[in-house]
Amino acid sequence: MLSEIIVTVNGVPVTVPSGATVTTAVLLAGKACRTSVSGEPRGPLCGMGICFECRVAINGKPHCQSCQTLCEQGMEVRTDE
Amino acid sequence: MSREVRQRFDVLVVGGGPAGVAAAVRAAEAGVRVGVVDDNVNLGGQIWRGGPEHEKETSAAGWISRLRASGATILCGLRIFHQPEAGVLLAEGHDDLHVLSYTKLVLATGARERFLPFPGWTLPNVTGVGGLQAMVKSGLPIRGKRVVIAGTGPLLLAVAAYLREHGAEIPIICEQASWSSLARFGVALFGQPGKIAQGLQLKRQLAGIKFSANSWPLAVHGKAAVEAVVIFRRGQTEAIACDYLACGFHLVPNIELPLLLGCQIQRGYVRVDDYQRTTVQEILCAGEPTGIGGVELSLAEGQIAGLVASGQMTEAKKLFGARNRARYFARSLDRAFRLRSELRRLPSPDTIVCRCEDIRYSRLSRHTSWRSAKLHTRCGMGPCQGRVCGTSTEFLFKWNPDSVRPPILPVRVESLAAMSSELDLECSGVSGGHK
Ligand SMILES: Cc1cc2nc3c(=O)[nH]c(=O)nc-3n(C[C@H](O)[C@H](O)[C@H](O)COP(=O)(O)OP(=O)(O)OC[C@H]3O[C@@H](n4cnc5c(N)ncnc54)[C@H](O)[C@@H]3O)c2cc1C
Ligand code: FES
Repeated sequence: MLSEIIVTVNGVPVTVPSGATVTTAVLLAGKACRTSVSGEPRGPLCGMGICFECRVAINGKPHCQSCQTLCEQGMEVRTDE
Repeated sequence: MSREVRQRFDVLVVGGGPAGVAAAVRAAEAGVRVGVVDDNVNLGGQIWRGGPEHEKETSAAGWISRLRASGATILCGLRIFHQPEAGVLLAEGHDDLHVLSYTKLVLATGARERFLPFPGWTLPNVTGVGGLQAMVKSGLPIRGKRVVIAGTGPLLLAVAAYLREHGAEIPIICEQASWSSLARFGVALFGQPGKIAQGLQLKRQLAGIKFSANSWPLAVHGKAAVEAVVIFRRGQTEAIACDYLACGFHLVPNIELPLLLGCQIQRGYVRVDDYQRTTVQEILCAGEPTGIGGVELSLAEGQIAGLVASGQMTEAKKLFGARNRARYFARSLDRAFRLRSELRRLPSPDTIVCRCEDIRYSRLSRHTSWRSAKLHTRCGMGPCQGRVCGTSTEFLFKWNPDSVRPPILPVRVESLAAMSSELDLECSGVSGGHK
């Protein structure tokens, strides 16, 4: 098993430990996860799949719960869509 | 169209936390066909979350390896969202749909944190207490970060100890409960030798951290994320600079699935008899949905449910004593960490209460019921389906929660197609943006 994984967040590479969730990658990149309907930046709240504040686009698929998804090598994460 | 998988079990367990794992172990060891479903990538629920490297906790490692050896089918990453007919549940995986049939069903769906709104609480880096712990367990580096911990409940202390062990600096823990109710909680613990040991161990781990009772957050300041939190303490306000505010107000049970299946709810919890049987035949319930009581209670109830579901009534009876002692602890928790009414006045008129739809306090306070607020403002109609704002408005406005409609969580369009056609899609959460 690889001990480190590289993903991109909005095109910028981020290195995370294996077993890290996509939320971790987004926070390490210094980004908010999503923009709310009135334009506020939002980050993860519950960390357990309840609140849906951690939604991001993963490999082109929108609205994925980043706290429920593990990072995989080469994954493309976007918070700006 | 997604792939469809069909499976049949004598005993199906929903929830892979301590309660669900214990239920599955006791049933599977009796030789019946058992399946255990959890929506997380790993088994373990809230307390044992985080995969093999976090299973060093002895009871977790013991129970989980016993489950792996028991022959039970482990189905992780699946979320139960609907019951199309009696004895059948639908679950959604990453790219497939599972049709799971059962003879007996054990619901062990656990609990979530209660969040309350106050100015600035929607800023990034304001997280739940268990929420931040979960993020650190899944790789978020916390070393050197300043984390204010606020809210109520024993989780505040457990998480403070955990975060400090991982290098965080904890300037203060703000507990809204009064010293006198905390003292009563302390007294109630004397019936619980295990808890006392845990308490003492925590005390050592927490040495030197400032702990304030009668204290709560008033507002969060920051531009793109938290920069400081203003707290109320000793009758005064105080601003504390920090990188994170971890804030949660004890736990609320996940009763959406039991409600959907028609189980009777009594004072907010699933009603069960001594054998953990709900009011619906063939359905049992164990762990947090029957009362918030911690891991010992979940393990005792889970075992009883698993034994009863596999017909071992005499064995089940032997655990009643342990279960009832743990329940005593549960009741003392409820009393000690009851929310004070001042917390109802925390939101200002423009504080967002429903984070999915950005509905502000002033728009909600005009309504007299959850149903009316939902219909007129879309509060609770977003993807969380009221799991966050429904529990806060229940406290803020004393509103009663609505009935539950399928799907109990937002699902993909293909999964919806598998549901009954009479379904009222407008109320299903689909319009609020599915995942
Ligand atoms: C965020 C959080 C952190 C906590 N941290 C601690 C701690 O550090 N120490 C401590 O002593 N206690 C902690 N607790 C308390 C803890 O909940 C209990 O001690 C114990 O884990 C309860 O076990 P359980 O099996 O009843 O529920 P849980 O552990 O909550 O397990 C329930 C499981 O069911 C799953 N589930 C629910 N609905 C569905 C569905 N529809 N489909 C599929 N799966 C579903 C959930 O995702 C979860 O994995 C925490 C609680 C929370 C909410
Ligand atoms: S942080 Fe709440 S769902 Fe991911």
